[in-house]
Amino acid sequence: MKAYWSVLKLRLLHGMQYRTAALAGVATQFFFGFIFIMIFEAFYSHAVEKPPMSLKELVSYIWLQQAFLVFIALWIRDNELFQLITTGNVAYELCRPCGFYEFWYAKLLAQRLSGALLRCFPILIVAFILPHPYRMTLPPSPAGFTLFLLALVLGLLLLVAISMLIYISVFVTMSPTGSLLIFVVIGEFFAGKIIPIPLMPTWLQTVASALPFRWTADFPFRVYSGHIPADEALLGLFAQLGWLIVIVWLGKVALGKALRRVIIQGG
Amino acid sequence: MVLYFKYLLISFKSQMQYRASFWLLALAQFFIPFSVFAGLYFLFERFGQLKGWKFFEVALCFGIIHMAVSVSECFARGFDAFSTLVVSGDFDRLLVRPRGTVIQVLGSRFDFSRVGRLMQSVIVLGWSLSNLTVEWTAWKIVILLLMITSGALIFTGIFILGATLCFWTIQGLELVNVFTDGGREMAQYPLHIYPKWVSRFFTFVIPFGCVNYLPLLYILDKTDGPAGLYALLPVAGAFFLVPCLWVWRIGVRHYRSTGS
Repeated sequence: MKAYWSVLKLRLLHGMQYRTAALAGVATQFFFGFIFIMIFEAFYSHAVEKPPMSLKELVSYIWLQQAFLVFIALWIRDNELFQLITTGNVAYELCRPCGFYEFWYAKLLAQRLSGALLRCFPILIVAFILPHPYRMTLPPSPAGFTLFLLALVLGLLLLVAISMLIYISVFVTMSPTGSLLIFVVIGEFFAGKIIPIPLMPTWLQTVASALPFRWTADFPFRVYSGHIPADEALLGLFAQLGWLIVIVWLGKVALGKALRRVIIQGG
Repeated sequence: MVLYFKYLLISFKSQMQYRASFWLLALAQFFIPFSVFAGLYFLFERFGQLKGWKFFEVALCFGIIHMAVSVSECFARGFDAFSTLVVSGDFDRLLVRPRGTVIQVLGSRFDFSRVGRLMQSVIVLGWSLSNLTVEWTAWKIVILLLMITSGALIFTGIFILGATLCFWTIQGLELVNVFTDGGREMAQYPLHIYPKWVSRFFTFVIPFGCVNYLPLLYILDKTDGPAGLYALLPVAGAFFLVPCLWVWRIGVRHYRSTGS
């Protein structure tokens, strides 16, 4: 456990070095946040019936989405790991005296965590002092906020477990593009990246709740604004935990299978 | 011009060497804007309309801007990926050749897998046109085509500006995405839904409005005032490229090689 912990810490420090790049990213995410809010505001201004999510809840949702984009985005990937697999250098990784899955999991977790730590604070601070319609609101209760933090952490763990599946699949396909990109697009759509889950039609919401993706980002963001009440949120935490166990187990089984047949490419 | 087509042909042949990978990539390129379009569709299903605009009208807006993006991303990819030329010092090689820099950078890279993205926007465009009751005149068709070409020219202009920045920063900047990806994201909706300062900026500084929203008003017969003026705006939008090329020339003069 200690080994994975230090991998996590080292990678975290490594990721924190790219501060200027993060700043440019913050500016981009601000712009996108504004555009999305403006579009939704325009839709909301002439809504015939009351939408299932108030504009206030939606604004918080969007800013959280922008602040924690690295917690949703499946397309962020570590090309280093892909290269390890395709060049055959993965042999070194197999020699290490620690679990393969855990080792990579710690690496990927650190990458996302450092990205979020650098980006989320400037975005959130400014989002709280913006003028009305764009201002982000505080969560309704301290209890709700605690639930949000728990849900966010579990969501992150779940997302990393899902992204592990992508890396494992490269052992079989040897090419990280194409088919994976489609998986990424579908995953992000059902995580509420394009439109929040409550605004989707009912049949699509049923599909979304059958998939693990909405538990990564959509769920914590709605817990924050109180759109999902506390008692329901508590149940949701267990659902997250359940999915996490299933996907980690799935990943380990798939990795075991892939490693048994692994062919080291190149020499 | 002959040189450009030679570049085009060579690049096409080389990308066709990996046929399966190419088609998979094209398919993926099809799905990215598809999910955005699905989002737009579901929003209209819930809200019905957007400040007086109906679904198929906005879909037309979406189709036109995405077509412009995919065309410029395919043909001006060289400028988009220009930072690699500067970082590696390969731009030196371009400078010693007896041809212009613009044509050589343009020819340095093409991305034909964008055809997937193009197909998606063509389908959206076709679908929205077949559901709109527009009285078509030859003039309107010309304007529609002009909108797409001028749009592509504007995106190319932004790519050139972003590439020019590399002369000073060496690395490419993510900030440029605000105007390319952000511009696309924004211009796929009619401009009047945004606050005044946003729509003004994107009409007079970066003229997305000139190639998309304003001429669309003419095509959909929503104009008030002299209609002919709206129709001529795409041509004005294309002039955005002129200052971009001018800035590029200043940039080239300031170029200092990074060495090899």
